[in-house]
Amino acid sequence: MNSIIQFENIGLRYGTDAEVLSDISLSLAAGAFYFLTGASGAGKSSLLKLLYLAQRPTRGVLRLFGEDVVMMPRSRLPGFRRRIGVVFQDFRLVPHLSAFDNVAMPLRIAGMDEREVTGPVEEMLAWVGLGNRFGALPASLSGGEQQRVAIARAVIARPDILVADEPTGNVDADMAKRLLSLFEALNRLGTTIVIATHDLPLIAQVPGAQMMRLDRGRLADPTGSLRFPPRSNRAAEGRPLGQPE
Amino acid sequence: MSGELETEAQPATDSARKAQGRWLPQGRRGPMPWIITVMTFLTLLSGAAGLGLAHALVQMRGELAGGYTVQLVEANPQRRTAQVTKIADLLRREDAVRTVAVVPEQDLLKQLEPWIGKDARPEDVPVPALIDVAFAPGASEVAVARVERAVRAVAPGARIDAHQRYLAPVERLMRTLMWLAAGLVSMMILVTGAVVTVAARGAHEAHRSTIDVMHLLGATDLQIARLFQRRIALDALFGSLVGTVGATLLIWIVAGNIAELDSGLGGATAFPWRLAVLLLAIPLMSVLVAATSARVTVKRALERSL
Repeated sequence: MNSIIQFENIGLRYGTDAEVLSDISLSLAAGAFYFLTGASGAGKSSLLKLLYLAQRPTRGVLRLFGEDVVMMPRSRLPGFRRRIGVVFQDFRLVPHLSAFDNVAMPLRIAGMDEREVTGPVEEMLAWVGLGNRFGALPASLSGGEQQRVAIARAVIARPDILVADEPTGNVDADMAKRLLSLFEALNRLGTTIVIATHDLPLIAQVPGAQMMRLDRGRLADPTGSLRFPPRSNRAAEGRPLGQPE
Repeated sequence: MSGELETEAQPATDSARKAQGRWLPQGRRGPMPWIITVMTFLTLLSGAAGLGLAHALVQMRGELAGGYTVQLVEANPQRRTAQVTKIADLLRREDAVRTVAVVPEQDLLKQLEPWIGKDARPEDVPVPALIDVAFAPGASEVAVARVERAVRAVAPGARIDAHQRYLAPVERLMRTLMWLAAGLVSMMILVTGAVVTVAARGAHEAHRSTIDVMHLLGATDLQIARLFQRRIALDALFGSLVGTVGATLLIWIVAGNIAELDSGLGGATAFPWRLAVLLLAIPLMSVLVAATSARVTVKRALERSL
């Protein structure tokens, strides 16, 4: 297995509080699809923060793309972060930027020329069903639309790893299905997907996905042996999100 | 996405830079540009005062350098006249002496008129004789001392006063004021840096959520710091321009008023325009200090995050 993420006895605590994650050891394969489940407060968001480098563990070894990021100088972290797309639970859209500018941010941060930015961003926004809302500010978008902008921003740069925290929490079942099909499409292109959710029916829709379950800060199924049968809904693929079936 | 793990992005093009400029909210800029306007205005006035005083000092030194007055106190008018003639001849023969001028007795009496009255005669009131001497530029102290000895050999009671000595207290005062002006300029520039530091910290805190998102999307500290640097440099540029225009107008008006005074010392403070170019360094320095302070402050604040 070509491992892209490795946790070895990872522990995480905030300040002097008790550990929110303890003894986490896992290895995620490049190009695989993972779900992270667990009750509220189990530590899902904390584990995702470690994955997208918003936190460093307080103990243990964390390897991303084969390199130990625990002791890595912070000047090297941006290069790693550009390879990770993140869908935040609270979207974290920049409120004074339009949907277009929010989605274009990762490309501009990577130093891409504007001529190379416009086409892909317009295409991506159209694909998530916001082709007519390029100039809309986040405040004027509905919760579901904001979520789709956040997803478009996370995937626009074709990241090696996509981390999503409850990405379907604010959308209806149909939209959730379409978003999942987008994640699956990305996964087929080689992106490793890690989605935190407690929506078990959603998990069941993704063929070949593996599930990790957190229980009070510990990995309940460290082998990742729980797999789901391939029941992909291919019908939604290729159709812009937000458009009726 | 490329597999490269280099931290530095490609240099942004103009259009990308414009787009990046929008990452911080546009709109109201707060009082920063106007604070820098006032700072630049005051700094330029201090600088102009310092330059004026420095120019006056140089001019005064040039005019007074080598100027001496020989004072002969002799009650006997015949003997006094003989001493004056002999000393004047002696001085004229000296290579180190450029000009010799005997102050006419009538001029001296006229100056003393308020105290001794109009009808006083030289034989009634013994008035010392004065000889103004200007040494050639670059005359050595040895030559001056030699001339002094020769004068005293003719008239042992002769007093020889250097003109520079009379104006030494004025020169000291002018030099103090000049350094005070230089100190004010330095302090104003330091205060500009301090004001910008406080403003940059405030701006960093205000945009914390946007900065966090940028960080998580892979922005480097330098990319983020540049946004603040550019914004504060623009504020400083605007403030410096307005402050420079205001200060230039005021200096121009004051210079005109000084020129009308027809006073030697006042006129000496009117420095030439080629020196005024030096003042342009002040607004440029303000912009540079502001931009650098912003960059350093924000970079330090960013280094405290992951």
